[in-house]
Amino acid sequence: MYKYFPHTESDIAEMLERIGVSSLDDLYAEIPEGIRFDKDYNLKKSMSEDEVRSYFKELGRLNHPLISFAGGGAYDHYAPSVIGQLIARSEYLTAYTPYQPEISQGTLQYIFEFQSMMCELTGMECCNASMYDGATATAEAMLMAIAHAKKRNKVIISRTVNERVVAVVETYARFHGVELGFIPEKEGVTDKEALAQLIEADDVAGVIVSSPNRYGIIEDFTGVADNAHAHKTLFIVNADPSALAVLKTPGEWGADIACGDGQSLGMPLNFGGPYVGYLAAKRDLVRKLPGRIVGATKDVDGKRAFVLTLQAREQHIRRQKANSNICSNQSLMALYVTIYMALMGKRGLQEVNEKSYAGAHYLCDKLLATGKFSLCFDKPFLKEFAVKTTLNRENLLKHLEEKGFLAGIPVEGTDDAILFCVTEKRTREEIDNLVSLIEQEG
Amino acid sequence: MKYYNKLIFEISKPGRIGYSLPQSDFGNYSLTDLPRSLRREAPAELPEVSELDVVRHYTNVSNKNFGVETGFYPLGSCTMKYNPKINEEMAALPAFTTLHPCQSEESVQGALRLYYELAQALAEISGLAEFTLNPFAGAHGELTGLMLMRQYHIKRGDLKRTKVIVPDSAHGTNPASAAVCGLEIVEVPSTPEGTIDVAKLEPLLDDTIAGIMMTNPNTLGIFEKEIPQIAKLVHGCGGLLYYDGANLNPLLGRCRPGDMGFDIMHINLHKTFSTPHGGGGPGSGPVGVAAALVDYLPRPRVVKHGDRYAVEGGKDSMGSISGFFGNFGVMMRAYAYILSLGKENLKHVGELATLNANYVKESLKDCYYLPIEGICKHEFVFDGLLDKSTGVTTLDVAKRLLDYGYHAPTIYFPLLFHQSIMIEPTETESKETLDEFIEVMRTVAREAIDDPEMVKSAPHVTPVRRLDETTAAKNPILRFKDLNN
Repeated sequence: MYKYFPHTESDIAEMLERIGVSSLDDLYAEIPEGIRFDKDYNLKKSMSEDEVRSYFKELGRLNHPLISFAGGGAYDHYAPSVIGQLIARSEYLTAYTPYQPEISQGTLQYIFEFQSMMCELTGMECCNASMYDGATATAEAMLMAIAHAKKRNKVIISRTVNERVVAVVETYARFHGVELGFIPEKEGVTDKEALAQLIEADDVAGVIVSSPNRYGIIEDFTGVADNAHAHKTLFIVNADPSALAVLKTPGEWGADIACGDGQSLGMPLNFGGPYVGYLAAKRDLVRKLPGRIVGATKDVDGKRAFVLTLQAREQHIRRQKANSNICSNQSLMALYVTIYMALMGKRGLQEVNEKSYAGAHYLCDKLLATGKFSLCFDKPFLKEFAVKTTLNRENLLKHLEEKGFLAGIPVEGTDDAILFCVTEKRTREEIDNLVSLIEQEG
Repeated sequence: MKYYNKLIFEISKPGRIGYSLPQSDFGNYSLTDLPRSLRREAPAELPEVSELDVVRHYTNVSNKNFGVETGFYPLGSCTMKYNPKINEEMAALPAFTTLHPCQSEESVQGALRLYYELAQALAEISGLAEFTLNPFAGAHGELTGLMLMRQYHIKRGDLKRTKVIVPDSAHGTNPASAAVCGLEIVEVPSTPEGTIDVAKLEPLLDDTIAGIMMTNPNTLGIFEKEIPQIAKLVHGCGGLLYYDGANLNPLLGRCRPGDMGFDIMHINLHKTFSTPHGGGGPGSGPVGVAAALVDYLPRPRVVKHGDRYAVEGGKDSMGSISGFFGNFGVMMRAYAYILSLGKENLKHVGELATLNANYVKESLKDCYYLPIEGICKHEFVFDGLLDKSTGVTTLDVAKRLLDYGYHAPTIYFPLLFHQSIMIEPTETESKETLDEFIEVMRTVAREAIDDPEMVKSAPHVTPVRRLDETTAAKNPILRFKDLNN
């Protein structure tokens, strides 16, 4: 017997009798002998609750949590205590997908709130119930562009998009048979002249850019939307939603689709997941959106209620003709960021960005003042920036790690550049300590 | 309790806040130094509420939901088992939750070891060589698995294999995943007994077939006992076998997909390994492969060298399918479950789930039409009420169950029958719970005869009643801004 199995010996006997068999083995009688598994699994023995706890704590001791000056798609923002406790409520945590709306109004309502808030942040007109992460959301945006264009099979993506996002987009493109082109980078930003040339042939279904980009630079997309639309090309912007509380939104840039990762909305780093992808669009693309969408309606008594809608886009109805194969998404994480956005509100999210901006620029200036760093590109940034160092990068990062700092991420494709990030959680003392450790180097 | 029907936006009042941020003292750095053209014009209209406003709001909203801890879910193909509390406690350990995914391998040895050990445990349970835990959900695992299938053929220079065979009883995600992966779908029909028609499969097998996707037991809960023969045929034509792990639960302790001849599979940690469904995610869809496919697994790969754990790419890899390592927090829960049960208890999961399913089936087949007789595995399918004269449909039965405090079964799936009611009681449900459910199902069957109108207008006592889904789809209102009432 085990604590998760309620069956007593007599229960089993009575149940077998009703079924009309004499043993549990009889329930598997049809399985051919050659493929039966009648050994013991080569696994650890059952652990008591305390033993499980000790085991995890022992594994935990092999980790070294660091003071994070790293971003690159995972940001150490303030996570209000309220959120973890609310999303742990079993009514949210242990619920199934809201296919039975009469007993799932809780889930359906928060998804409606999530969609509403993400539309506010991105400046878009509709948003789905969430995607797995920012990288897969961007890949799905690419597939939307292909489906929308019908006769075009080419999408182009800027070299300044985070390389982890690009890697996932490349995988989806290769297997789906999408021709993926690259827009070169010029001085740390998307080369807009090259972009214009690439779409001139009227064969590009979509163009994907991001801001802030892989160097933390806030890109200027002036003119891109008009140019793209003149060639019937969809304009797709991957954006950090936290930053959109202050930065020009994809909607304001004239984007057709906005996508990205909601991790920056106060989610724990969690070694990379679970996070939450978002995918938002202009209203006329709503039927091309993948995944679940919640709409408002009324019940038979006229009470306002919410329901999964436009389901004819989805795999359980359309099978291979569906917009996407996505089924489970990251619903509980959508609740997480919804509660975060409610708590931070109109003012708080701006403040997060103001403080992150100030800290990042303070660190940047102090690093430059050491004489050991120079900016990779002198362009506007928010909370992340890339600098080149005259020090041995790998040694520097290793030494700082030993002192308890995750001092940025090496910029891929360079041997001397580091991407630093400062959020509102980093104090002046932490930054000063980091810089004085760096000053002692080399 | 009064029905709470406000949206967070409707309790907002300008000037209220629900957060506290540290004071900063960085001097004269102001965001307004950024060029005006790069800043948004008007602030996002997010709610302005106090902390208690938020706590009460989301507590009241949660009360309109049903979860595993509220009551029994007889939901087919979803394996809604109990989600143990210790798993949640382990997943919340700060020694893991504060790790940045770009930290050095040296500083995350515990996390990498957990990933590696869970992958090893899943390989043992599945009879396969190695697992990636990166896929985020079951459908994402299917897509990853099919990409691996294609990568295998591509790397062998076998470029003609662009078709995949999918049974007509398959989960909807199977053909949808195949389409995203750029594969052409060939459907194979089921026999009247509900299993793959091997005679009709054989002529489909040629050198354009990349492989077959199956779930075993299938979505009717029937074990595909011809599987050794099917594996021989598919392998004989050069194809691979993909196993949809949505239905893995009944096999624990009894049978392993790798031993059946499957080359690739995914597992839904949120089904078989007890992690919560979260109202539709986050799940986790680890993918396992046979030895011949190990080099193609997605990046990043967690490997072990001596007693150190490392992260690798791999030149033959199919590529990346996730920004980082997948839903790591979900993996922690699943590993806590595996360690808790251990080898001596995991092996009983399958048989107890199967016992429960057969018990419910045998107790109801005189009221509901059982199209396929015999021993099922973890789930089974009724084709509506036995008495079809009442006009009461499967949807009506499902809605009436809500009034009695149950979640509905999976309905109108699989597509093989018109009135499918798919029931899966998991091993964590007691005989008493099942007996009560059986009694209610029998009551509903009686009500269908005695008072069909009452059943057809159910539910009656849920927080809201039947919804106008037609208007919702015809004129979609998808955000607060578009709601004008």
